[in-house]
Amino acid sequence: MTQESTPVTDTHEPLVSVQDLQIGFQTGNGFVQAVKGVSFDIFPGETVAIVGESGSGKSTTATGLMDLLPSNGRITGGTVMFNGKDLTKVSKSEMVGIRGREIGYVPQDPMSNLNPVWNVGFQVREAVLANGMAKNKKDADKRVVEVLKEAGLADAERRVKQYPHQFSGGMRQRVLIGIGLAADPKLLIADEPTSALDVTVQRVILDHLESLTREKDTALLLITHDLGLAAERASKVIVMYQGKIVESGPSLELLQNPQHPYTKRLIAAAPSLASQRLKSSRVEVAEAPQGDEIDLVAAAAHRHDVVEHADHAGTPAIEVKDLTKVFSIRRGSFRSEPFTAVDKVNFTVPRGTTMALVGESGSGKSTVAKMVLGLETATEGEIFVAGKDATVLTGKEMLEHRRRMQPVFQDPYGSLDPMQSIGSIIQEPLDVHKIGDRKSREQRVNEVIDEVALPRTVLSRYPNELSGGQRQRIAIARALALKPDVVILDEAVSALDVLVQAQILQLLADLQEELGLSYLFITHDLAVVRVVADDVAVMEKGKIVEHGSVESIFSNAQTEYTQKLLDAIPGANIPLGA
Amino acid sequence: MLMYVVRRILQAVPVVLGTTFLIYFMVFAMPGDPILAMFGDKTPNPAVYEALQQQYHLDQPFLVQYALYMKDLFSGDLGTTFSGQSVADVLARTFPVTLKLAAMAISLEFVLSVVVGLVSGLRKGKLFDNVMLVVGLILLSVPIFVLCFVAQYFVAIKWGWASPTVGADTSVGNMWLPAVVLALSLFTTGMRLMRGTVIDTRSRDFVRTAYAKGLPGRRVIPVHVLRNSLIPVVTNSAANFGVLMVGATVTEGIFNIPGVGNTLYQAIIRGEGPTVVSFVTVMVLAYVVINILVDLLYAILDPRIRYA
Repeated sequence: MTQESTPVTDTHEPLVSVQDLQIGFQTGNGFVQAVKGVSFDIFPGETVAIVGESGSGKSTTATGLMDLLPSNGRITGGTVMFNGKDLTKVSKSEMVGIRGREIGYVPQDPMSNLNPVWNVGFQVREAVLANGMAKNKKDADKRVVEVLKEAGLADAERRVKQYPHQFSGGMRQRVLIGIGLAADPKLLIADEPTSALDVTVQRVILDHLESLTREKDTALLLITHDLGLAAERASKVIVMYQGKIVESGPSLELLQNPQHPYTKRLIAAAPSLASQRLKSSRVEVAEAPQGDEIDLVAAAAHRHDVVEHADHAGTPAIEVKDLTKVFSIRRGSFRSEPFTAVDKVNFTVPRGTTMALVGESGSGKSTVAKMVLGLETATEGEIFVAGKDATVLTGKEMLEHRRRMQPVFQDPYGSLDPMQSIGSIIQEPLDVHKIGDRKSREQRVNEVIDEVALPRTVLSRYPNELSGGQRQRIAIARALALKPDVVILDEAVSALDVLVQAQILQLLADLQEELGLSYLFITHDLAVVRVVADDVAVMEKGKIVEHGSVESIFSNAQTEYTQKLLDAIPGANIPLGA
Repeated sequence: MLMYVVRRILQAVPVVLGTTFLIYFMVFAMPGDPILAMFGDKTPNPAVYEALQQQYHLDQPFLVQYALYMKDLFSGDLGTTFSGQSVADVLARTFPVTLKLAAMAISLEFVLSVVVGLVSGLRKGKLFDNVMLVVGLILLSVPIFVLCFVAQYFVAIKWGWASPTVGADTSVGNMWLPAVVLALSLFTTGMRLMRGTVIDTRSRDFVRTAYAKGLPGRRVIPVHVLRNSLIPVVTNSAANFGVLMVGATVTEGIFNIPGVGNTLYQAIIRGEGPTVVSFVTVMVLAYVVINILVDLLYAILDPRIRYA
């Protein structure tokens, strides 16, 4: 790990020295200050991580360093000393020379950061030529293949003529890392480079980024919302909150002995760290969560207690037998071949418990969820919900079936109709199922909005006026409106910041206890599973490869695949609390 | 890609059959006896009447007539006009004129839309953008015949820069005024589309990444912003080309251009059924072909469709 290999010493000059940096945005509601006086140093070859929730100003700080702010943003104060120059004062053309050549950049979302109309080789060649890394076209082509190979694309020669949409997310991120490092910059800014990727892919990409930057002695500024990841990868961690640095220091020290309450909250809320603390520090568990501080470990321990004492007799909430889904996919012009997305899957969710279905993208876990919800028909097999076979329902029975089972999806931005008020979004399922009269429906809407702990005033507002966490609460409220027995959570917390994620997980646990709900929890994140689930099924390539209680899977994983997923949890191996 | 082309062509078959059938049916359903109409005030000899009925298959049921017509159509026989000319000859004379006018108008419209739209998009909310918004709205809200008359009155008659009508001389030099008028009438939609797309593209992540690579603005704007923004604008202009190909009837009428639109208009006024059917059928075919080409063009511009 880096913390040993790059000690922070005073003997050399910092590569970058940021002093009292201030950045603001001109918005419809006037000027908003996003970064309020941030100061830090990065030494040559050092890895520094900035951690914080969305809106903390961490990305703005990073893009501000290389003048990549959106057109309504500008630096309003402070200095950024780099190579003896103040980057806040250099001319536009000087900055063009620094970008790419001196400071490389790896963006967050590999899906949107490559131009879809140019092939991959063209886009890498642009970076090579713009930074004077090749004299002629032939040299450039050679360098392109070199860059891509370094970034981990083994068959680069064959793939340079391909277009971004023919690459997977992980492959695209490798291309972007290649572009960022194409001109051997002294500093690489990586803005959430892996948050759009699967955990296992994330690990491979981060390992690669780490070895590349160490090899070339490139300093790395890592922007992330994941404290565990930051601590594992960086020698120094900077915690930002509301545009200010609240705490910074060597990563291990900061993690084990946080001084600022916000850092403490972040550590408490990070599921990746919580899984570790469950075993290591019993003292913390005894403390009840105070105010809006959520301690996932305490919550998890409490819930395990409740579940153990609950009565799980009777018919299980969901029982799936030999569930199979075969898609036919196009191969070439006129042929198609069958593709088995889900292969003879069996599992049972006892009433009032949470079962987690874990796997990477493409493992078939979401297809299982869709079939259970009746949004996709099963090729073979049976699905029993509360003892009723859901695969043979008629239209009317299907409606009743859907009332008992409601989904919450991953994207709180995409799954709420922007043209409807929150009140009518929550009320819609009640209208569809013709439950009660107008008055009782309104009353029910008020009830569920109380249940998800939002003020009733939000009912008249619209989704775009709410934050991501609030929207996910609305999605949960909509699911609860019909008083379902089962809630299917398809990556329901994956898009949320850690603190918000912790609140939503807490809310789900409370609701389960109050209403006796059963959850089918679909996720790629084993760290979250640790704190929410009772049972886990690990899916790989359509099959369940391992199945058992949370304790048994985490303490004694039987398959290599599960172990790989567990190892991929960032920060899982960092000892916390002395 | 091949699959895409084949699918697109197969989709066009029911469109062509459906529209020709509809046109044929509507003309068939028009009141009046076409043979009696040919004789005007005189009453034809019953033997002649019968012979003519057989010659034009008018004694056959509707579907048979339609099938025979389609057979003739695909063997290149479009029938004759009332004045005895073959419809194919009339088309061969008028179609190139319309094609030339459409090509002139669309090239101008495309260049204007792209240039003005790009500058407006890059300078969103600035003076140029606002002035162009007003100019565009005026051009959009003024009916085309008013534009035609204004152009004729000022440019041609008052200032004498062009001839007010085109007539028999259909050279580029003689047709530029109607082409400009047509281009201006289509300009606003294209320009606003381009502006909107440029604004959208410019804020895309890959544009920021392009700057982060160290590319200067003079490369990012054409290679990443302009190139990506062209896709919808090219499609829009190509679709407009299809519309103009079937004749800008009003403009051709006002400027007296011997094109498809003008000829069709005259044929409808005179009630020349066979000419109308043949013309409209050929127009449908032309329109369908242009639209297939537009879709193929789209695939060429966007690799995501090409390699789907």
